[in-house]
Amino acid sequence: MFERALTGSRRYWTWVFVLLAVIAVGFYSYLKQYSYGLGLTGMSRDVSWGLYIAQFTFLVGVAASAVMLVLPYYLHDFKKFGKMVILGEFLAIPSVIMSMLFIIVDMGQPLRVFNVILYPSPHSMMFWDMLVLFGYLVLNIVIGWTTLGAESKGSPTPAWVKPIIYLSIPWAVSIHTVTAFLYAGLPGRHLWLSAIMAARFLASAFAAGPAILILLCLVVRKVSKFNPDPGVGAIQSLVKIVTYAMIANVFFYMLEFFTAFYSNIPEAKAPLEYLFVGLNGHTRLVPFMWTATILAFVGIGLLLLSSTRKNDKILPLALVAIIVANWIDKGMGLVIGGFIPNPFDRVTEYVITYTEIAVTLGVYAIGMLLLTILYKVAISVREQKET
Amino acid sequence: MSLNRRQFFRKAGMVTALGLGGTFVITGLRGKVEASEYETPQQGLVAKRWAMVVDMSKFKTEEDYNRVIEACHSVHNVPDLGNPKDEIKWIWNEDYEHAFTSQNNRYMEENVKNHPFIILCNHCENPPCVRACPTEATFQRPDGIVDMDFHRCIGCRFCMAACPYGARSFNYRDPRPFIKEIDPDFPTRTLGVVEKCNFCVERLEKGLMPACVEKSKGGLIFGDLDDPKSEVRKIVSSQYTIRRKPELGTQPSVYYLVGGGDLV
Repeated sequence: MFERALTGSRRYWTWVFVLLAVIAVGFYSYLKQYSYGLGLTGMSRDVSWGLYIAQFTFLVGVAASAVMLVLPYYLHDFKKFGKMVILGEFLAIPSVIMSMLFIIVDMGQPLRVFNVILYPSPHSMMFWDMLVLFGYLVLNIVIGWTTLGAESKGSPTPAWVKPIIYLSIPWAVSIHTVTAFLYAGLPGRHLWLSAIMAARFLASAFAAGPAILILLCLVVRKVSKFNPDPGVGAIQSLVKIVTYAMIANVFFYMLEFFTAFYSNIPEAKAPLEYLFVGLNGHTRLVPFMWTATILAFVGIGLLLLSSTRKNDKILPLALVAIIVANWIDKGMGLVIGGFIPNPFDRVTEYVITYTEIAVTLGVYAIGMLLLTILYKVAISVREQKET
Repeated sequence: MSLNRRQFFRKAGMVTALGLGGTFVITGLRGKVEASEYETPQQGLVAKRWAMVVDMSKFKTEEDYNRVIEACHSVHNVPDLGNPKDEIKWIWNEDYEHAFTSQNNRYMEENVKNHPFIILCNHCENPPCVRACPTEATFQRPDGIVDMDFHRCIGCRFCMAACPYGARSFNYRDPRPFIKEIDPDFPTRTLGVVEKCNFCVERLEKGLMPACVEKSKGGLIFGDLDDPKSEVRKIVSSQYTIRRKPELGTQPSVYYLVGGGDLV
């Protein structure tokens, strides 16, 4: 089946080589970082996690969001998602791989990564996160490849896959829950020490992930003969999931504000103040957080009104607004804000570096290359069927 | 771009190991060592629960602080990187206002707020860093000391996020060129691992008190909290001491005696 990724149009190969070029730049930057150390990044003694761990967190959510197709389709027999499910599963695979790569590039001693398996430590949430992420990756590869392979041969999906598909549903929830537990169980980091952290993670994931998937479907529709939503309203159904997940996400965020500011506990207020108004004159993230806030509300508004939701030109913009808002919240604010102020109530800000950006883009390019290959295979199977 | 021999081997090694999972095999074989080889030597100092009391009345001049900091940093090969971003420190000064963040009031005079306190790892009874560590590179010994295996640390920095006391430092770059004088009795660290105060486990083993305690002229008192006759226990049970962020339930083993004399 993989051979389908080896033949393609000129446009396909140009895209592949552009991605390979970005990967090369990222890999070179990584070698520099590997040899000098993580001092080449903006991370410091006080802000000891930065862009990499934030991307990891965001992408685990994107990976988990495949469940928003799998669950309605397999559990509730929601046929509209039939053609899209494979795209959801094939988005999950590169997302998990990227999130794992972001952990690797963030490690001070990446060659010792197997110590996590060699000295298994069930008291560490990191250990469980590794287990569930790896499991989820395997599940999606098996499910996606088997169902598509059967389709390619024109045979029915083998029966043994069904239980695995059902297993993948709670498993998807588990990956983002455990990822939230990395943060939510640490004493003294007040932005993270919240019982609804996992709920917030899932809500933001189920908004951003399907939004990305819809955009991908629109691209697929444009560049290939395969239409993941041939007038059955699959995209519009998914848009509703995005809308209400995002509303839940914003609602949860406001709950955090209530608890912090009504209780008036200084430690609970400080990181939120840093993010939205600045602390002790440090305001680096303030413009980003307000951008995210405005985009979140504008996005929700556009998706709630049926006239804009059903408009082919406005829908993608609304989805981009939702994705960017979630990315700023999770891919920047959440992780960095958790370290500010530091345990001494002092503010050390985080200043991103070019090395970090190049490595990050490199990892994203690896993910996009994998996505391109997987989508190419899926699309050519479908094109063959439809012609 | 030119590589010297060392850099070349490092890069080549990385590629090979990533391909073959070589480190896994090597460390796996090395892991099989009998526990008996690690028994505490006879002359060592032993305790059920090591703890420290910082008697603030004994810290009067800047020299009183610098002497203990220097004593620690020189025997542990702590580098001086010269900037706060990459900074590595095991023991240092922090003013009252920032060391005891929840025990301030707005009427405190500047000299009270700015009074320096000695800060080091608290060797918590319930250490969040040990809980967070995914490889047991940070672990708690039966005598309560939270120690580290620098060779097992993968540099994920989960422990730094977990520590509510800011006690941990990470080697953001190769520390060795920044060590004033290397002490061969203690390992230098490599790039990409976390480190912190270890209550001088290597000195206790030889029957010596921690380096900072030795140089503190009685300002730092070290002993077994579990022993009712020890000096630390007597102070902690009968005098007014404070600990950093006790509300988090970590049970820090470093106590600050502030009623022992005039604070300022």
